[in-house]
Amino acid sequence: MLFSMLWEAVRAMGANRMRTSLTMLGIIIGVGAVVLMLAVGEGTRVTIKKQVDAMGTNIFIVLAGFQNTGGARTGSGSSPRLKAEDGEALLSIDGVEAESPVSNSNLQIVAGGQNWNTMVMGVNEEYLTVRSWEVEYGRPMDALDVQSSARLIWLGKSTAKELFGSSDPLGVTIRVGTVPFTVTGILAAKGQSLDGRDQDDTAIIPMSTFSRFLQGTHFQGQVRMIMVKGKDGYDMDIVQEDMRALLRERHHITDPEQEDDFFINNLSAVMESAEETARAMTLLLGAIASVSLAVGGIGIMNIMLVSVTERTREIGIRLAIGARKKDILTQFILEAMLVSVTGGLLGLGMGALGAYLVSYFWHISVYVTVFSVSLSFTVSLLTGLFFGLYPAWKAAGQNPIEALRYQ
Amino acid sequence: MAALPGEGMTEAARAPEAPSPVDKTPGSEPRLVIETRDLKKSYITGAGDFEVLHGVDFRLRQGEFVSIMGPSGSGKSTFMNILGCLDTPTSGVYELLGDDVSKLSQNELAAKRNVYLGFVFQGFNLLPKADLMENVALPLLYARVGAEERRERSLEQLDKVGLKAWAHHRPSQVSGGQQQRAAIARALVGRPSLVLADEPTGNLDSQTSDEIMALFTKLNDDGLTLVVVTHEPDVAACAKRLVRFLDGRLVEDGPVTNRRKP
Repeated sequence: MLFSMLWEAVRAMGANRMRTSLTMLGIIIGVGAVVLMLAVGEGTRVTIKKQVDAMGTNIFIVLAGFQNTGGARTGSGSSPRLKAEDGEALLSIDGVEAESPVSNSNLQIVAGGQNWNTMVMGVNEEYLTVRSWEVEYGRPMDALDVQSSARLIWLGKSTAKELFGSSDPLGVTIRVGTVPFTVTGILAAKGQSLDGRDQDDTAIIPMSTFSRFLQGTHFQGQVRMIMVKGKDGYDMDIVQEDMRALLRERHHITDPEQEDDFFINNLSAVMESAEETARAMTLLLGAIASVSLAVGGIGIMNIMLVSVTERTREIGIRLAIGARKKDILTQFILEAMLVSVTGGLLGLGMGALGAYLVSYFWHISVYVTVFSVSLSFTVSLLTGLFFGLYPAWKAAGQNPIEALRYQ
Repeated sequence: MAALPGEGMTEAARAPEAPSPVDKTPGSEPRLVIETRDLKKSYITGAGDFEVLHGVDFRLRQGEFVSIMGPSGSGKSTFMNILGCLDTPTSGVYELLGDDVSKLSQNELAAKRNVYLGFVFQGFNLLPKADLMENVALPLLYARVGAEERRERSLEQLDKVGLKAWAHHRPSQVSGGQQQRAAIARALVGRPSLVLADEPTGNLDSQTSDEIMALFTKLNDDGLTLVVVTHEPDVAACAKRLVRFLDGRLVEDGPVTNRRKP
C-alpha cells in the first residue's frame, strides 16, 4: 500500500519536472548551506581544540612586567625581573605540578653545510612535562644537564628537518651562534600554535647553559617567562591567585595599592574561550543557514498548495472510489516528503562538496560530521512533513461532490 | 456483507464471486439493495434553508436496471449523490443492503463506496497520468488488496470490457468510448452490489453510446444491479424501469414498456 503510494508520489513528481526541481532547489540550497556552515564551524572548533590539547591543560605563563609606571615603557617581558628561583618557589603552592623558566632568542644554528635561524629556548627538565610535549628520538633533558650547564640541544621537528634532512642528527655537534652543542634528542611534532606559528621550528637547551653562553651578562639569572602547569582537579583561579600572592611577596610588593611587576596568563582559559567562541560561531552559522532551509520548506508548501488545487478533480475521483481522508493525507504528505528528502540528500552532497572546495581553496579545515549529516537529513524530512501537512490536510478535507464537479 | 467498514471491505475485496448473481429463491423477491423512506435534503443558503428533495420513497432490488430522468434542478443529482454515499440526507432513512447509512461519517461512507458501490461518470474521470490498468486497479488499492491480486483482477475486468490489449495505454491514448469502458471496468473491479452511472453517454456520440448501453445491458443480464441517470430518452429506454424526478419529488416510477435493445 505504502509502496504503491510512494510510486504514485514519484510519478506525481515526474509529471511536473521543472516545478519539482525548482521546489527541490530550495531544499538543496537550504540543506547544503546548513551542512557547509556546520562543517566550517566545526572545522574551526576542531582546529582550536587540537591547539588547546597540544598546548597542554592548565598552563599558566608568568611574564615579567613593570615595577613603576614612570618613564618610557617597553612591552611586557622586555624588562626581565623574573628569576628562575621564582619558578622553583611556585612549586610550593598546592595545585602547581611543574614549572619551567623560559628564555628565548632567535639564533643562527649551523650544522655542517646547513644553517637555520630558529627560536632557541633555555628551559629546565620540566619544560616538556609542562607543555605535554615528548622527545620522539633520543633522551629527555634531566636535572643534571641543567645543573651542569651542559651544552646539549634538543631540536624541534622542523628545525631538525631543515638542518639534517633525513640523516641522523643524534650525537652530531652543531653550533648555535659560536657555541658548539651536541644534538641529544628530537622533539615530537607539535603543529601550529593559535597564532599560526610553527611550534616545531625551535630548539631547546638547558636554562643554565642559555644564560651562561647565549645571554648577555646584564640579564644573568633573569628569565623572560615562567611556564607553570597546574594539577588536575584544582581550581585554577585559586592556583593563579596563590601564585600571584607568592610572587608579590618574593618581589617585596607589600602595598596592596601597588601594581604587580609581572603578569599571569591562564593560557588554557584563553584558548578554551576561543573554542567556546568557535562553538557559538558554528551555532550562529547553522542558524543563519536554517533560515534558507525554512524558505525552502515554504516553497514546498506553496507548490503543494498549487498542486492540491490543480488536482482537485483527481482527489474527487479518489474519494468517490473509496479513498479515505487518511489515504489522501498520506499521499500528499508522501509527495512533500519525497521532494524534501530527495532535495535533502542532494543538498547533503552539495554541502559536502562545498565544504571540500572551501578547504581546498581557502585551506580552512572543515569537518562534515555524522551529527550534521543526520541533523540535516532529519530536518529535511521534518520540513517535508511540516510544510506538507497543511496542503495535505486541505486535500483530504475536500468534499467529494464538489471536488468531482471542479473543472 | 453488512459489517464494520474495515472488515467488510477486506471480505468483499477478497470475495471470490463476480457481481452478485440474482438471488432467486422460488417464491421470494430478489434482495433489497436500496430503500429510502421520506428522504429529504436541504441546503443552507443566504436566503435560508432550501429544500431540494421533499421526501423520496424508493426501493431497488438486486438485478434491477433503473434509469432516472428529470430536468435540471429536479433533485435527481442530489438523489444520486445520496444513493452513491457521497452525501447524506438532511432527514429520512437511507438503507443500503439493510444498513442505515444516512448518518455515517465521511470515512465510513468512503468505506461503503469502496465496498458496495461502483461509479461511472459523464467525463470518465480516469487519472490521466496512470495507464488503464492502474486506473482500474485504484479502488482495490484503497481496499488494501495486494499488488499482484490488483493486477490480476484489473486485467480480468479490462478483458471483460474488451480492453485487455490497451491495459498499458494512458486514457489520452484511447478513444472516449474506450475510456468509458475502462471507467466501467474500474466500477466493477471491486465486485460492487450496485453501479451508479451519471450521464454515462453524455460525452459520447450515438454509436458509442449504444456500445456503452449494450455493455450495461449485458452486465445487467449477468446480474449487475444498475442505476443510470440520463437526459436522453434513448438511453433511458434501455433500462427495465424508469423513474422520473420533478421539483424534488419522485413523480413517475414504472417498468419501461417498450424496452430498447441497443
